[in-house]
Amino acid sequence: MQDEVLYRESFPILGNDYEHGGEVATKVKSILKELGISSTIIRRLSIANFEAEMNLVMYADEGRLEFTVGPREIEVIVADRGKGIPDIEQAMQEGYSTATAEMRARGFGAGMGLPNIKRNADRFDITSTPGIGTTLRYAVSLTMPAASETQ
Amino acid sequence: MTIREVAEKLELKGLTKVFDKSVTGVYISDMVSDVIANAKAGNILITVQVHNNVIAAANLVDVSGIVITRGRKPSDDMVALAEKAGISVFSTDLNNWQIASMLYEAGIR
Repeated sequence: MQDEVLYRESFPILGNDYEHGGEVATKVKSILKELGISSTIIRRLSIANFEAEMNLVMYADEGRLEFTVGPREIEVIVADRGKGIPDIEQAMQEGYSTATAEMRARGFGAGMGLPNIKRNADRFDITSTPGIGTTLRYAVSLTMPAASETQ
Repeated sequence: MTIREVAEKLELKGLTKVFDKSVTGVYISDMVSDVIANAKAGNILITVQVHNNVIAAANLVDVSGIVITRGRKPSDDMVALAEKAGISVFSTDLNNWQIASMLYEAGIR
């Protein structure tokens, strides 16, 4: 948990809004850049935020992405109202996907979304209630070197 | 090598203004999650995908340019988004493999 908030902002995301999919992650990236966050951390958060945003667009009705910059880490909470995930363990497996033909035609459905988020975060937690929605909480540390860097 | 030099060598058709960024390599993929996880900053992305989400993904990981293959046409929206992000977009009738070979021949290794 954050003991001190240096910056916090929250953005709405709409389900099925492919046209704007990725815009929230892009806005967060420019804010982090302006705050002087290192490019390695920005890259890891951008990957996680993009995947979380697109998951919300593809599978939920609506939700929000909120990020908080603290002295030690940047925490992101992505909470949605939607159909939820019945089997989280299965959803976390690389290659497992419930994407529709339309999503696959757009280049999604590789079953990499949630694993990409987990891999690029130093802390990751997911809770979901079928029929209600899903909440992702993840954070990238500002103080320790990345163990699972992608670049 | 810069994007402009690559475009001239390969005679690529620019759909956006050509932004003179330096090219660090090439990434070829039509899967968006693969692009965002594995394309490196400065890479040229070769893809058949022509929608906004690909531009967002490419921009988030600082891809320098995008070559759309097999003659697929992006929407005006996608082109505008790329231009705003400073990403040069080109189109070609060649396929992914053909354009990749040409980039290799041009010296991008």
